[in-house]
Amino acid sequence: MISIKNLHASIGDKEILRGINLEVKAGEVHAIMGPNGSGKSTLSSVLAGREDYEVTEGEVTFNGKNLLELPAEDRAREGLFLAFQYPVEIPGVSNINFLRTALNEIRAYHGQEEMTAKDFLALVKDKSKLVELDSKLASRSVNEGFSGGEKKRNEIFQMAMLNPKLAILDETDSGLDIDALRIVATGVNKLKSKDNATIVITHYQRLLDYIVPDFVHILYKGRIVKSGGKELALELEAKGYDEIKKEFEIAD
Amino acid sequence: MSLVVDNKSAVTQNLLEQLQKKSGKIAFMPDAEIISAIRYLEDKGIPNNKHEDYKYCNIEAVLRKEFKSVEQSFNELTNADIAPLKIDEAINLVVVNGVYNEGLSEKMIVKGLTVKSLNELSSSEKNILSSQAKADTDALIALNTAFSANGLFLQVDKNNVIPMPLHVIYVNSGNANIVANTRSFINVQANAQATLIESFYNIGSAKVFSNFVSEKCVGENAKLICYTFQNEGPLSYSVNTNQVKIGKYSNYNNTTMTLSGELVRNNHNVVLADSNCEAHLNGLFITNGTQQVDNHTLIDHQMPNCESNELYKGIAKDRSTGTFNGKIFVRKDAQKTNAYQSSKNILMSDDATINTKPQLEIYADDVKCSHGTSTGKIDTEALFYLKARGIGEESARKLLLQAFAQELIDKIEIPSLQERVLHLFEKAL
Repeated sequence: MISIKNLHASIGDKEILRGINLEVKAGEVHAIMGPNGSGKSTLSSVLAGREDYEVTEGEVTFNGKNLLELPAEDRAREGLFLAFQYPVEIPGVSNINFLRTALNEIRAYHGQEEMTAKDFLALVKDKSKLVELDSKLASRSVNEGFSGGEKKRNEIFQMAMLNPKLAILDETDSGLDIDALRIVATGVNKLKSKDNATIVITHYQRLLDYIVPDFVHILYKGRIVKSGGKELALELEAKGYDEIKKEFEIAD
Repeated sequence: MSLVVDNKSAVTQNLLEQLQKKSGKIAFMPDAEIISAIRYLEDKGIPNNKHEDYKYCNIEAVLRKEFKSVEQSFNELTNADIAPLKIDEAINLVVVNGVYNEGLSEKMIVKGLTVKSLNELSSSEKNILSSQAKADTDALIALNTAFSANGLFLQVDKNNVIPMPLHVIYVNSGNANIVANTRSFINVQANAQATLIESFYNIGSAKVFSNFVSEKCVGENAKLICYTFQNEGPLSYSVNTNQVKIGKYSNYNNTTMTLSGELVRNNHNVVLADSNCEAHLNGLFITNGTQQVDNHTLIDHQMPNCESNELYKGIAKDRSTGTFNGKIFVRKDAQKTNAYQSSKNILMSDDATINTKPQLEIYADDVKCSHGTSTGKIDTEALFYLKARGIGEESARKLLLQAFAQELIDKIEIPSLQERVLHLFEKAL
């Protein structure tokens, strides 16, 4: 699905990613954990195509295509989805209009016809149930005046609507109470299939009780310093990040 | 015909001479006002960028560069010319090159509504002309007063509600450079109510300098909802002055949409002359190329318990310039005034310019006033968010700009006018 090789990225003069290697196959769930400032959000931003970052070295292949050559919109059209850590409020653009535009541009990219209004609305109705999103929110401006939980649920709702091949959840659990967390996680689990993959980026192990990963990677100072199964997350929870920091400080 | 003009007074002198040759005596304007107008012009001249109020809008330079010679070669227009400009829901009235054209206007008898040319005013009605727009206050008003064409008088008699919108189509058309001094007087008497659309077009092949002055009176407990629709195209240079006076318990509401015109200067001056009245001024513009749009507003709170609201938004592309200069006066007697003003702008290119200048002058001590202005580029976070969902750069930009303007487009409560604005707005994006 996605193959990241020796990825280096910087913002300004500061190198943040310093040689990331990661291989994610269809049907897999990978968790990337790490202390603050380790480069977790940079990784998701670089993959999604945020232009603030400069890739200085390495390559990323997504479904056989050179991901780094594609503009952000084409990455999304190829099936990459980033659930934002801080979803953006866009006053004046309704959720519905936004999603219809997105869906139709993705369809056009694949040479498909526009979805009819009837089919689109049926899809909205169906998918909003998945994250228990009030149907009224769909007609409101994108994220405007949404609570923290509603914003995160809206991200998963969009994910459900766009049906991506690879979803990257960037700290989707941050700021969520346990009920919202459960709803979000249930939504993600329902969307999981053997044909798609998920990368869960998180600081805390808590989310991984609900979205169970096949692999856990620990990111520290711009590199994946340790990889393992789901038990690695529990180990990290027990020991804390300080252990990791001590262990890999020397290598730095 | 074309004289070499190289200084300020020469521009004015040249224009006065040219216009004088072409126009006959104006019978409807009080003689004293005409004399006062000529004196003012000779004394002050046409304003250039050294004039504080015209700092970003050099009218003198426009006249010097584009209107060295004024041919006044006006075109006659037919119903076929006017048809596409009409609005279905409204009574359409037509003013061609400043002259009210009864033949092209729709005839409809509506109770309490008077429509006639300024020439047809009775001697008692004439006194009302120039009561709001004084020639000795502004050079463009003076120019209009001295050379006013036979414009439009529109009155809604007291206690009457006009059930459909009134649409005045101000259309200019010439074969060679023309100057149109268009004048109108709108009088909404006590307890009356009307909706007025004023549309501005240039459908000729030549350049037009349009100097429009409209006086508007809204009587006690009366309501006037106005839409100003400006789509004059690249050959047009216009100054539009609205001098408005509103009375006790009255309501005046204007939304100005500027969609094209090489230079558009709007002077919107509203006097809240009595207590408990309210005025709402809204504006939206989008400029491209080398276009210039300059909105000047003056809200004059003279009496207590009144409210005013201003919301102006602009989008400047390419090398264009947008200006908002909004002044609010709160005079000593205007206690309990609520006055709000907001101007928001988006710059779409590094070469575009936005000037904003909010001004508050408050002489009363128990008032609520606020103003805010912001100018920036398109929100890059929002843009990235849209792109990250598969929306292309261009559609994403359009979506955001439309969202920015939506608040103002929503204020247009006449469906076909709203559609017309939306269509032109989208085209200009």
